[in-house]
Amino acid sequence: MSKKVCGYICKGCGIGDALDPAKLAKAAGEQGVKEFKEHDVLCSPEGVAMIQADVDAGTNALLIAACSARVKTDEFSFGSQVLIERVSLREQVVWALSGADEEDTLMAGEDYMRMGAIKLSKSEPPTPYQLEGEVAKAVLVVGGGVAGLNAALAAAQAGSQVVLVEKEAQLGGFLGKMAKLGPQTPPYRALEDTKVDELVAQVSGLDQIKVYTGVTIDKTEGAPGNFTVTLSNGEQVRAGAIIQATGWTPYDPENLKDDLAYGSSPAIVTNVQFEEKAKTGDLSGINAIAFVQCAGSRDQNHLPYCSAFCCLVSCKQAMYVKAANPEASVYVVYKDIRTPSQSEEVYREAQRQGVIFIRRDETYPSISGSGKLTLSTKDVLLNEQVSLEDLDMVVLATGMKPNNPKVVEAPLVAFGEDQEKAQAMAAQAKADSEDWSVLNLAYRQGPNLPTLKYAMPDSHFICFPYETRRTGIYTAGTVRRPMRVSQAQSDGVGAAMKAIQAIRAAEVGCAVHPRSGDETYPEFAMQRCTQCKRCTEECPFGAINEDEKANPLPNPTRCRRCGVCMGACPERIISFKNYSVDIVGSQIKSVEVPEEDEEKPRVIVLVCENDALPVIDMAARMGKTWSPMFRFINVRCLGSVNLVWIADALSKGIDGVGLFGCRRGDDYQCHFIKGSEIANVRMSKIYETLTRLALEAERINVSEVGINEVETLMGILKTFEETIETVGPNPYKGF
Amino acid sequence: MTDDSMSQAILVVGGGMSGLSAALEAAEAGFKVVLVEKNPYLGGRVAQLHQYFPKLCPPYCGLEINFRRIRSNPRIEYHTLAEVSGIEGQPGDFTVKVKQNPRFVNDKCTGCGKCSEAVTATIPNPFDYGLSQIKAAYLPHELAMPQRFVIDPSIAGTEDGQKAFQACPYGAVDLGDKGQELTFKVSAVVWAAGWTPYDPTKIEYYNFNQSPNIITNVMMERLAAPFGPTQGAIQRPGDNQAPKNVAFIQCAGSRDENNLPFCSSICCLASLKQATYVRSQLADAKVTIYFIDIRAMDRNEDFYTKVKADENVSFVKSKIALITPTEGGNLILEGENTTTGERFKAEHDLVVLATGMQPNTALNKIPYDVAYDDYGFVLGNQAIIGAGTVRRPSEVVTCVQDGTSAALKAISAARR
Repeated sequence: MSKKVCGYICKGCGIGDALDPAKLAKAAGEQGVKEFKEHDVLCSPEGVAMIQADVDAGTNALLIAACSARVKTDEFSFGSQVLIERVSLREQVVWALSGADEEDTLMAGEDYMRMGAIKLSKSEPPTPYQLEGEVAKAVLVVGGGVAGLNAALAAAQAGSQVVLVEKEAQLGGFLGKMAKLGPQTPPYRALEDTKVDELVAQVSGLDQIKVYTGVTIDKTEGAPGNFTVTLSNGEQVRAGAIIQATGWTPYDPENLKDDLAYGSSPAIVTNVQFEEKAKTGDLSGINAIAFVQCAGSRDQNHLPYCSAFCCLVSCKQAMYVKAANPEASVYVVYKDIRTPSQSEEVYREAQRQGVIFIRRDETYPSISGSGKLTLSTKDVLLNEQVSLEDLDMVVLATGMKPNNPKVVEAPLVAFGEDQEKAQAMAAQAKADSEDWSVLNLAYRQGPNLPTLKYAMPDSHFICFPYETRRTGIYTAGTVRRPMRVSQAQSDGVGAAMKAIQAIRAAEVGCAVHPRSGDETYPEFAMQRCTQCKRCTEECPFGAINEDEKANPLPNPTRCRRCGVCMGACPERIISFKNYSVDIVGSQIKSVEVPEEDEEKPRVIVLVCENDALPVIDMAARMGKTWSPMFRFINVRCLGSVNLVWIADALSKGIDGVGLFGCRRGDDYQCHFIKGSEIANVRMSKIYETLTRLALEAERINVSEVGINEVETLMGILKTFEETIETVGPNPYKGF
Repeated sequence: MTDDSMSQAILVVGGGMSGLSAALEAAEAGFKVVLVEKNPYLGGRVAQLHQYFPKLCPPYCGLEINFRRIRSNPRIEYHTLAEVSGIEGQPGDFTVKVKQNPRFVNDKCTGCGKCSEAVTATIPNPFDYGLSQIKAAYLPHELAMPQRFVIDPSIAGTEDGQKAFQACPYGAVDLGDKGQELTFKVSAVVWAAGWTPYDPTKIEYYNFNQSPNIITNVMMERLAAPFGPTQGAIQRPGDNQAPKNVAFIQCAGSRDENNLPFCSSICCLASLKQATYVRSQLADAKVTIYFIDIRAMDRNEDFYTKVKADENVSFVKSKIALITPTEGGNLILEGENTTTGERFKAEHDLVVLATGMQPNTALNKIPYDVAYDDYGFVLGNQAIIGAGTVRRPSEVVTCVQDGTSAALKAISAARR
């Protein structure tokens, strides 16, 4: 379909007063948008109707010169096949440059028009990616414990086919090993049946769920909508999305030999071992028992984190003892009792039943004796050492480790000039990673889900907990973070939701989180590829495989559309329909660079549209103003910035280039995880180029701007402006 | 699971993290969603937070992504200033009546702010928990979605209202706005109406009303926020001076059978986080956290470890029994140090009450036959699907998980 382009200039919100629409239209005309219409209030029903009439008559590419692309989106959307480019005249010109003189304001307006026009001219409407062959719609659930069973059941009830794979001989996981469940329903005082048999029967009874027990996964190939999974029994199954609900392993009590005398007496057991005893044996012979909380948890020498379930488990197990023998002496020795939300009532009930809670300090109690045991601990509430004698048992409340291999990532090596050193770093990272796998992914970047901390496979654990860094593969339950049964139930259902959504996205041909619905995807002009491997190494989501000759093999349904590959590619062969090295490069080139004697410096700032753009909008709305030297260009992620843009800008006489994006490092905020960090690594290389060109390094400014940091933004802009004034004009002007 | 199922809409009540998650996850699976929010903006309580624990990152960051997901998804329609007034029917076939309160500003608003410039009346800013005044024609907050102004009902019929009307170049001010009744036929209802901070005046011995220098944890979030009443400078509301010796009182009304018997599960981490606000701004300030148990679950323990390492932050295990203001504006805290057994008095210049979350379903019941526990939390497996803090006190991550799972429950209900 041929492109029919029209531009629209809004004169509302002060735009008409500050800028001459005819001059704006003329500037855009230089870059391919010839036809223009004006309106006093473009977002008004009349303005929108004017555009709609054009769209109905065949116009399919709109340059809307009005306000930021972040507002009035309902008004200015005309279906996915109508290309829209928004020019933020209101925020970035009229408001932000309200302190500048008329000429400078107009020049900025004209530049933004040119940049918008050339982008629109070079963009094409997306053609959604379609997988070859039939899209696999089954959900594969790995792990048949609480989270996995609930995920399988919920997916099936929502109409999906499910394949459930469990490595043990029977379903149920730890739920099946429990004697009772702690109180779950009001008034949160009574122990409850686990009802695991009912749950297993329900799952096993559904035709849509195919259950494999005693089976693990040998290999997972493919991508969302098209996974082929080879099971340890030799069978192959197809799946559209995968839920890893592989649960947890108790912390190894062998590590507690020194601290808590584990192994010195058969009467010293872990909470898991005690649960087994409660399920199979008789507890009425216990006259005195002590539970030691945080046995190897919240301890830098063992598990530094809190396992979140042990306090409630000990309350429950204390109740088992009291139920069997109400006269028994039951002690819980703790650091902090952690019974959040309504489960506070469980703690209260344990106290009501006569369980004695003793608060200890950081020092572990000493446990001794053969036969009857003695436990000695500091009681910080009484401020004295207490000794619990004649104990029949001591239960160590050990924590949980996720059943997921730890992955340590090598520092980014793509730009490492010293290949030997880079390989050594990669080898070290591999050695620090755990050498086993759950899914055995046949992925270029390795067989496992990347982990951040404690082998928990997540990427944005506050706002978007389900997002692993492997698209279409979600984690559920205790494999992702320590949680109790009721949370794991709900978590399994949530993961099923994400899996169903990923399959739909693969069907429709659009992106999942965070660019949900985006129908563009990276296309590779393979004939120009030099097999440098940068794209396959740097993709934060492991979306690109490699053949034996190191050619990239993209998997568009694994792709999150961040453009990191596009930023990485030195040959510029990777493009999206509306975002490419050529498009942004052309935007940069469309900026007019005044002659040196005009003393009008120009600075291009590439801004991350996720956090940096909103803060720019916010600053402008709040009445902040900045120098008219700046020209902002939105990028999908700083990781998508290709170094050639910076070279383009500097070689045409642009005085400075900024990259404003999200926080990187351990507490990164980059929505594409590594984009911001990758940009930073790449920029370290540009400084060498600058030196070679005899250009000052200060001309480049890479900054982190949080989304609410208006003052930080203003400070960065001010400093950058002063720096550019100090270093003076780019000597390449006019070349 | 295709677009064919769009006829079966899901109604989500509450535009906070739980409701946003439920709405977006269902919509991105191809379902039509109606999102109803009683505030004039989406985002809920987290929009009022300065930072999240443990990453100390701004909540706007994740909210912006969610807002963009809404903007780009034609399957979600949302209504602000809207409350559910009636629900009839059963899963698969609900009729929900929604009362939309007047905003006095229609969708022609461009967010230019001329109405706000024109009016003179101010109101206590609800977004700042009354710590600041705002013009009676206002944008609820800087990242408000939608970016549309609101005119307070108190000026709609006044001369100020007329000024706003006359100032608007776009015909967006509608002083005759009476609100409207909307009716939706939907197949499932997700109730994610969130929580309200527990009323600190109910804890009589803390004398909340007797000193401006006794604040709550949610107010502290506003004091630290860059767009808050002090532009992020932590000051005593009583005299706008930087505090030197801040006390946090944990379980203020929580784990207390006379107030909220349950644990609100976020307050410990919130206070640890707020201790970092104080310490990062005020190099010499001392912070004391009075607690019963510090509940920093899972990897949040690392954050507790980090805060504990700060020599200026001390932890005292004690339930504070009384707060008495001094004439100079300081506060005397009395309690028993359970570690040393001594009764003590301690003087602080700013006291933060770590008050808990009361489910909004304890304050306003769902207009349908729904079972609750004794505290007003919605129980599971019912015709109306509860999500987030109406089910149990939870931090953000659990709300997102719960909202996501509510989305699938709603979809399954819609299929029946």
